[in-house]
Amino acid sequence: MSRIAKRFAETRASGRAALVPYVTAGDPAPDVTVALMHDLVAAGADLLELGVPFSDPMADGPVIQLACERSLAHGTSLRDVLAMVAAFRERDRETPVVLMGYLNPVERMGAETFAEAAGAAGVDGVLVVDLPPEESDELTGVLARVGIDPIFLVAPTTSSRRLEHVTAAARGFIYYVSLKGVTGSQTLDPAELGARLSSIRALTELPLGVGFGIRDAQTAAQVARVADAVVVGSAIVRLVEQFPAAPDQFRAAASALVREMRAAMDDARMAEAPAPV
Amino acid sequence: MKQAVDWAAFPDVRGHFGPYGGRFVAETLMGALDELQGVYEKYMKDPEFLAELDADLQNFVGRPSPLYHAERLSRELGGAQVYLKREDLNHTGAHKVNNTIGQALLAKRLGKTRIIAETGAGQHGVATATVAARLGLECVVFMGAEDIQRQSPNVYRMRLLGADVVAVKSGSRTLKDALNEAMRDWVANVDDTFYIIGTVAGPHPYPAMVRDFQSVIGREARAQHLEMTGRLPDALVACVGGGSNAIGLFHPFLADESVAMIGVEAGGEGVGTGRHSAPLCAGRPGVLHGNRTYLMEDDNGQIIETHSISAGLDYPGVGPEHSWLKDIGRVSYVSVTDDMALRAFHRMTRTEGIIPALETSHAVAHVLDLAPRMRTDQSVIINLSGRGDKDLNTIARLEGIEL
Repeated sequence: MSRIAKRFAETRASGRAALVPYVTAGDPAPDVTVALMHDLVAAGADLLELGVPFSDPMADGPVIQLACERSLAHGTSLRDVLAMVAAFRERDRETPVVLMGYLNPVERMGAETFAEAAGAAGVDGVLVVDLPPEESDELTGVLARVGIDPIFLVAPTTSSRRLEHVTAAARGFIYYVSLKGVTGSQTLDPAELGARLSSIRALTELPLGVGFGIRDAQTAAQVARVADAVVVGSAIVRLVEQFPAAPDQFRAAASALVREMRAAMDDARMAEAPAPV
Repeated sequence: MKQAVDWAAFPDVRGHFGPYGGRFVAETLMGALDELQGVYEKYMKDPEFLAELDADLQNFVGRPSPLYHAERLSRELGGAQVYLKREDLNHTGAHKVNNTIGQALLAKRLGKTRIIAETGAGQHGVATATVAARLGLECVVFMGAEDIQRQSPNVYRMRLLGADVVAVKSGSRTLKDALNEAMRDWVANVDDTFYIIGTVAGPHPYPAMVRDFQSVIGREARAQHLEMTGRLPDALVACVGGGSNAIGLFHPFLADESVAMIGVEAGGEGVGTGRHSAPLCAGRPGVLHGNRTYLMEDDNGQIIETHSISAGLDYPGVGPEHSWLKDIGRVSYVSVTDDMALRAFHRMTRTEGIIPALETSHAVAHVLDLAPRMRTDQSVIINLSGRGDKDLNTIARLEGIEL
């Protein structure tokens, strides 16, 4: 069983939604990332999503764009990101790590070389934002050979015909984009979200993660009632801007936010659980 | 014998030109692109739509644009007869409007009320703002903050036309960043918004759709040259940024094997210096802005900053059909430096009384070199894709003159 499947089996068994923080690798500096990953796990993260910085992050809002620029100012490459995952794995063999990024750095390295290096580093899933299932055969093929799950997005605009296609190609979990917009956008409608997730559940057994637009503990708790996983990115990455010269304070603030979200999510699920007889 | 290519078979149903093109976007846009492909395929076969498009091109744009024999320049060069396809005479001063008219008519049929566009030199932005004003549609144009500086007359023109011009301050603050920002806007407003891409790049169906709207250039030029001379031209030359004016001229001639085609990229300070915008001459295939194509990138796959004196060519990618035409050898691609383009700008202005855009001047520069090496009974068509009024500030500043 893959680390991702194992982790979702655990969270489901304990009646919790998984909390998945996203950080951009190399932001604010490459030597912060591995320690930050351990911090996030200690604060209550179940999976980690690690952003691979790209010069033209078309699907991201200003917060992640700036994170990419800060990371790239240090020259962070895809190989560097894989080295960070390998370093993280020296002390943590349990927490699944999903890379999220854009296709061109992977193409430049070569899909096969990338898959082998990612497998060796201990990567569990890969989400390439600008690679829809229609164009993904080559990459998903080489990822499958090294046991890495291709993660795909489903959006509010995904038609039911496409939904069948996407769920057939996806492994690990489905990443549901909770709103029409880029990462870090403002609004999320929990009622509409629940209805959409039900229609996806009719087509797949895979866990459903929800991201884009989860800004605070209260929203995280609302999403945790209906989703298997809650992905939080911009709300964490935004904290870097509050402590531009103090990475330790940023790590502490990120941990505090994740702890707060964890508590709110778990309270929300407990409140829903049937009362003991 | 060489196998004939069925040019009409490209792109394939998923938008591929050989290994190039395709649809590389986030899931949120896939539905909108399917919808766009559907209306585009439907209306390009719809006689009523095509009649409306033709009437607009004739009465609003002023088509057909003349094919002009540049006799004085031809005599001076002492070689091939040089013909200019006068897209600079179109309403709004460039070829861009051929495409924006077509896409705006599609937007109307889709019931979209808001138009967005990216622009580099501002020509596509002006052409979009123009058709939006005429159809009463809201219009937002994304433009790199650096380009807003160097193309201020076009910015003012867009605002006069009622467009909201948004300064893009991310990345290199030029055309590629404007395209990123337009895509982000489209994702957020996909229900009521139509994105008019200005070049033959982007996700499928844009490269094919923009090509089809721009092909009016080549269809006219082919018929005009045949009528004027009784034969086909020997060579076609056009500048290539994203490559819409070039593909518009080239495409109707692809099956004419005797016609050579040359796309001219922006060599900036020289392709050897690294400061240029010539992905076909000095780049590698990769994926950017929704399609696989030749790109300017570093060893880690990050897109690198480009340089050109002309904002409209200052782009790290190129339309995927050009990448394919390069690989199969049907079109050759060369580059011309900033200095060569400037000299050609002055030469055309003084010799023929036509002030070309700096983008177009790259194509002119190549012909200054090519024509003398051809016979006087041969001919070459330059796509005179735009007029140079918008560049007067840039040229004057280079010459130390305050306007």
